[in-house]
Amino acid sequence: MTLSNLLTITPWPAVSAAILLLLVMAALYFARGTAHQLLLAAAGALSKGLRVASHAIIHGQARLAARNREVLLAAGRESKERIVEREFARVADTVRKDLAGYPDMHRRLSESIQRIEEDQEKAAEVPPEAPGWAQAVKVVADLDKRNSGGGEILADIHKSLVKAHEEAMDIYRKASGERHALLRRMMPDWRQVREALAHVGKSVESVIGRSQTIDRHMQEYEAIVRGEDHALSVLSSSSIVYFFISALVLAVATAGTAVNFTLIARPMAEMVGGTNFIGGFRTADIAALVVIMVEISMGLFLMESLRITRLFPVISALSDKIRVRMVIVTFLILLLMASIEAGLAYMREVLLLDEMATNALLRGDNAGSIAGSHLWITTAAQMGMGFVLPFALVFVAIPLETFVHSLRTVVGLIGIAVLNALALVLRLLGNGCRHFGALACRVYDLPLFVPLWIETRILAGNGNGHATAAEAKAWKEARS
Amino acid sequence: MKRLLLLLAGALALQGCGPPAARNTGVYLLVDTSGSYNRQVGKAEQIALYTLTRLQSSDSIAVARIDTASFTEKDIIAKATFDDRPSTANAQKRAFASRLEKFIDQSPPASYTDITGGLLQAIEFLNEKHPARKEILILSDMKEELAKGYVRDVPLDFRGFDVVALNVTKLRADNFDPRLYLARLDQWRDRVEKGGGHWRVINDLDHLDGML
Repeated sequence: MTLSNLLTITPWPAVSAAILLLLVMAALYFARGTAHQLLLAAAGALSKGLRVASHAIIHGQARLAARNREVLLAAGRESKERIVEREFARVADTVRKDLAGYPDMHRRLSESIQRIEEDQEKAAEVPPEAPGWAQAVKVVADLDKRNSGGGEILADIHKSLVKAHEEAMDIYRKASGERHALLRRMMPDWRQVREALAHVGKSVESVIGRSQTIDRHMQEYEAIVRGEDHALSVLSSSSIVYFFISALVLAVATAGTAVNFTLIARPMAEMVGGTNFIGGFRTADIAALVVIMVEISMGLFLMESLRITRLFPVISALSDKIRVRMVIVTFLILLLMASIEAGLAYMREVLLLDEMATNALLRGDNAGSIAGSHLWITTAAQMGMGFVLPFALVFVAIPLETFVHSLRTVVGLIGIAVLNALALVLRLLGNGCRHFGALACRVYDLPLFVPLWIETRILAGNGNGHATAAEAKAWKEARS
Repeated sequence: MKRLLLLLAGALALQGCGPPAARNTGVYLLVDTSGSYNRQVGKAEQIALYTLTRLQSSDSIAVARIDTASFTEKDIIAKATFDDRPSTANAQKRAFASRLEKFIDQSPPASYTDITGGLLQAIEFLNEKHPARKEILILSDMKEELAKGYVRDVPLDFRGFDVVALNVTKLRADNFDPRLYLARLDQWRDRVEKGGGHWRVINDLDHLDGML
């Protein structure tokens, strides 16, 4: 039934329209209570559902935050344990090295001190003998009173005295010289003692420095174990920094891989054919990529075997003997691969020259002009890069490990942020739905303002002008 | 869900392991050696060498002459399918160029021009090679002259072929009445396109970039 049909229920469309309007208004008026309930219930249900969803997401976010916290703390604990372990190893090395040399150093010090003591004793200054000439002068003086010919005697005495003085001086000089020689001989011993003590001092300072570092790390470790917020905040920010730094280094490594790929993809076509395809990719390209991936894998195993990275606990748990064997094997494989790459890089240059020469011949150019005397530089450079890049890619393991570890935290943080935003949006939508229900009721009442006004009047009349509070509220609601 | 994933993985694996789609190109160059065109034969070398520079490993090429009876393998001057290995392919290209040079120096003029026979031979050769892209290059004035007794009124199946007429020179009669030249080209275009092929004319040999 169309609108035009409805307007023909009376011969006058306007009257038909008015009747229809009245009927609709009546229907709406009588269904008002139920419609309001329906609208409010629907809006309430939707709002409640959204709020429940928001709460669920908040719970999920809390669980994720707790998990992220655990991951961060575990990572921090592990990192600190490794640092402390390394510091202890260094202290142990220092102590072992110094203690191993201690008996020898002690013997040398004792010998030096003994020699110094002996030399010191020998170098002690012998007090000069008491002068005998004073007594002689007294005897001469007594003689002078009794004998007038004492002049000659005095001259002899004088002579003897001068001679004795000279002899005494000679002996004294000789003794002083010997003492100085002894003192001079003591100098290397003093120097040796000083060096030994300086070495001891240096070692002690190193141990003290390391112990302070260990102390600091232990404090941080304890804070992590206690799960302090400050420690968590530090770990979180460190993790984000590590993530970006390792991502940057990995991007550089990817560029290196691309260069490596370019070096070996062309000559690979000579080995596996230039027109074979696997899926949509050239077999030669896939082979080159596989070679590079194998090199990176070997690099990872090498780093694991050296215990520089700890991505594979199985390798770390191997016995030292097997680990050393693994280091040797992986290094040899890497060396082999690097040599192959260098050969392929050389082959690439040869192929390139061959192709250039063929194209020049086909174009009618002078093929000889292509070959330059400096081409060996590019050939050597390519070979060098082919040999060095596999070893350089070994170090990708370090940023890769950091990236993997920090990725967990960063993904967790991003997840928390996304869940937070989602919870907020759902909450806003829930509130919006609630208000939308109230708004829908008002919109429903809008075309019913006439019957509602009449109803209020009637109710007011029945109650002698005292409409109940509920009715007045209904009218107010309708008017608002 | 697991089954669906397994099926999907299986389908992908099967697709990856299936026979690889051909990506190579096959080129057949027909060189008109009739009396009216024999002076232009030198340009065949230029076109063939240019074509060789554009071809890669696994591509095929053949150069054949158009003479009185062209529907025969004897008219194929040189043919090659380049090796997978680039270095061998380069050596093949050099050998091919050498054989071509010898032909250009010693090509005798033909009395008649059996273009249709040459095209039939080209279609047969390229269909046998199964390349992904099939290109027939015709270096001719496109004026067919058949000797008595040769029947060439046969339908040509050019589906999947690109037919390129190169250096279509104007004959003396064309100069008097250009409609003859245009009608000749239109006739060949119709024939190729009715056979399901794609027709092109390139007269400027300095701009062969769009040829392959």
